[in-house]
Amino acid sequence: MSYSKPEFKDKYSNFINGKFVPPVGGEYFENTSPVDGSVIAKYPRSQKEDIENAVEAANAAKEAWGNTSATERATLLNKVADIIEANLEEFAVVETCDNGKPIRETLNADVPLSIDHWRYFAACIRSEEGSATELDQHTLSMNIKEPLGVVGQIIPWNFPLLMLSWKLPPALATGNCVVLKPAEQTPASATLLMEKIADVFPPGVVNVVHGFGPEAGKPLASSSKVDKVAFTGETTTGQLIMQYASKNLNPVTMELGGKSPNVFFNSVMDEDDAFLDKAIEGAVLFAFNQGEVCTCPSRILVQEDIYDAFMKRVIERTEAIVQTSPYDVNSMVGAQASNDQYEKIQSYFKIGKEEGAKVLTGGEANILEGDLANGYYIKPTILEGHNKMRVFQEEIFGPVVCVTKFKDVEEAIEIANDTMYGLGAGVWTRDAHQLYQVPRAIKAGRVWVNCYHAYPAHAPFGGYKKSGFGRENHLMMMSHYRQTKNMLISYDKNKLGFF
Amino acid sequence: MKRVEITDKAAEVVKQLKAKHGELIFHQSGGCCDGSAPMIFEKGDMYLDESDILLGTVEGVNFYMNQDQFEYWKHTHLTIDITEGRGASFSLEIPLGLRFLIHSRLLTDEETSFFNSK
Repeated sequence: MSYSKPEFKDKYSNFINGKFVPPVGGEYFENTSPVDGSVIAKYPRSQKEDIENAVEAANAAKEAWGNTSATERATLLNKVADIIEANLEEFAVVETCDNGKPIRETLNADVPLSIDHWRYFAACIRSEEGSATELDQHTLSMNIKEPLGVVGQIIPWNFPLLMLSWKLPPALATGNCVVLKPAEQTPASATLLMEKIADVFPPGVVNVVHGFGPEAGKPLASSSKVDKVAFTGETTTGQLIMQYASKNLNPVTMELGGKSPNVFFNSVMDEDDAFLDKAIEGAVLFAFNQGEVCTCPSRILVQEDIYDAFMKRVIERTEAIVQTSPYDVNSMVGAQASNDQYEKIQSYFKIGKEEGAKVLTGGEANILEGDLANGYYIKPTILEGHNKMRVFQEEIFGPVVCVTKFKDVEEAIEIANDTMYGLGAGVWTRDAHQLYQVPRAIKAGRVWVNCYHAYPAHAPFGGYKKSGFGRENHLMMMSHYRQTKNMLISYDKNKLGFF
Repeated sequence: MKRVEITDKAAEVVKQLKAKHGELIFHQSGGCCDGSAPMIFEKGDMYLDESDILLGTVEGVNFYMNQDQFEYWKHTHLTIDITEGRGASFSLEIPLGLRFLIHSRLLTDEETSFFNSK
């Protein structure tokens, strides 16, 4: 079964103060589909004035929205979830068209997970409580959680709807108003969502402004009328956003990528059973979402005594990947999201080969037939080398994995931690001691043990080291969008006696 | 000898950006999404200190990289190029529908000994 490119309007607007409004400057940019290079539609090339209008609308709405009941906010979040669910296929096809990822993923992962995140935070806000402590017989300390006010959110293009659904629900659930800027590579699903939920929230509570980083992203990140900025992206922009936030003394949260190790101990091959099959799939998950995942398991570490036998199976499984039209439900790996990604990945093949990495499979672009010849397809690639090579240290953001071997537990941990980043890691073993000790020794915010690439709403996600700070998902995320009001109440009728 | 060079096409874009924005710097980004790419900013926009290594100057624009990253890059020669594309970063070329990117090669023995002696 295959889907086809969805219909779009010629051009779209920003969503500000509950209405679709064209950009003040009247300029638009053309958005194209990485599936075949064709034009999708025009989206607003917003400027500082558009951001200011959105921030102003959010500020005007924050008092009333911050005072709505948890019941009301949860009901509206659930309503959004229901609307996405009722239009699941439409969202999936739009996302595939805009991002290039296979329809199999958008139907079964991106959109269903997005729905679940809205429901999860609707549930969180209903079930959580503040705290009160009797400090002494006459003194009560009461902690009330209050919203920050207006939050600026800048999201990436690798999971457009899902990253929006990671960021919007916790901010809204906790009573904040939001100005969100989608990545300019993938503005379509955020726009579709605003069309579907235009009447759900009061005007100004949710605002979506499109545009380029230097023209729209920077004014949002540096606005003195925004109370917090949340960003997912890369290190240099992360550093800039923190600088701007420091001028406003604003909190920030950062999710900045990684070079995640996926470690396979020899016990995985003790049996040729379902678990070994799962482990092999776990290694091949580097190709999931074309490798355009911050936690892409882009370094495979294999214990040396099983290296040859294990990698033979991994290569076979990789070569069995079906890469065809992303609209085809059989396609497992789609197109890279943009031309510059496509070229960047190929430049890494070149430097990898020069540094002495051996191509075990792939290592080149995949030129598909017909219209797809204009899309950005890369063959799933395995490079063999050592951990000091640049391909082992830099985030390639493609379906490319680098593999190396290790002797024992100590060396596995050393290689796993020899990276600037610490976002994700995988550990695969049948040994109960390794199962606990190795994940504890790896410096990363999320260690998948005998699994990989699961992102349930109920588990916190975020980075160590240069992968950022702050957590997403899980109810602990709500603390990133709130401040604590402490009311210190005296029930003592008597004066202090000082004056 | 230079660690960083720039293609003619990319140099043209740098000139164009200088005319519009004034003094500029390059900073090599790491990490996901739009990372692993050189980014160009107005001089002074980004706070730099001794943890940022100056690799060289192209078209009168200093090229910096964080020390941690440089450890893995120091044996490579970089050429800044430009391609059509779209990025979500704050780099100034993005509104032009272009992206800077890096082509790398290993330093020759001669280059390595030259830079080691410096």
